[in-house]
Amino acid sequence: MDKNMFLVGLLIALLLAIFLSPFASPWPDGLEKVAENKGFINLGEVQPVITSPIPDYVWPGIKSERLATSVAGLVGTLILCGSGLGLGYFLKK
Amino acid sequence: MHIPDGFLTPQVFLPFWVVAVGGLGYALKKTKQILKEKAVPLMGVAAAFIFAAQMLNFPVIGGTSGHLLGGVLAAVLLGPYAGVIVISLVLIVQCLVFQDGGLTTLGANIFNMAFLGAMGGYFIYNFLKKRVGLALSVGMASWFSVVVAASACAIELALSGTSPFRIVLPAMVGIHMLIGIGEAIITCLVISFVLKVRPDLIYK
Repeated sequence: MDKNMFLVGLLIALLLAIFLSPFASPWPDGLEKVAENKGFINLGEVQPVITSPIPDYVWPGIKSERLATSVAGLVGTLILCGSGLGLGYFLKK
Repeated sequence: MHIPDGFLTPQVFLPFWVVAVGGLGYALKKTKQILKEKAVPLMGVAAAFIFAAQMLNFPVIGGTSGHLLGGVLAAVLLGPYAGVIVISLVLIVQCLVFQDGGLTTLGANIFNMAFLGAMGGYFIYNFLKKRVGLALSVGMASWFSVVVAASACAIELALSGTSPFRIVLPAMVGIHMLIGIGEAIITCLVISFVLKVRPDLIYK
């Protein structure tokens, strides 16, 4: 995979994360819905074991939820690109 | 289907941690051996794309949404071992940075979505490829990967006493049979795009 192709791929991922993620369906996913319907969703309402810096894909402190989601998506996509690339180089060096 | 903290008991989540650590160690070793130098950038792009795509929940039915898991997508591009690594990376970052999926349940989530979703999905794809062709095998493997991962998730919930087996299994399988259609469509679209622009990126 050459540099241009890499940049095109990353650009597509960033565009999805920045411009489409704020418009994703807010409905619960399959597991959450089953947990609601079958009455065990409350078991998941415990204090999480670790505190995450960007909980629920919303960048803290940004008033507009859409913008906060876009920023979280942008940052997450870059983290994943960097860690995937870094791990690949580490394995093949 | 990222299982949060609280849904699984230690008797269930601890063994999955052991399996996840051992399996990832093996997958890293195999990836080091067989990953081609030129596929390294693809690991970054695949991880980034699958993370972004997982944020895009699509409505399914009755107030439920689904999103891409990406196991088959990663494995068709990178092979089963690097595919497992990429999905696990996504799950680890989602857990640590975005509070999506619990830390106690991370081993089970890696087992369901990376080992079953990417590795299991790859074996279905590879088995079907010679029989039904690339496009159909990608679609079917994607669908199965979601349904199999959902079944495993339901079994883990039942073993934890969170919900009875006869209730949680049909519920999880039923809704994920629909979500799996979305997985199949998205995976087929992306793979056919890659085939058009850079067919050499498909793992052989």
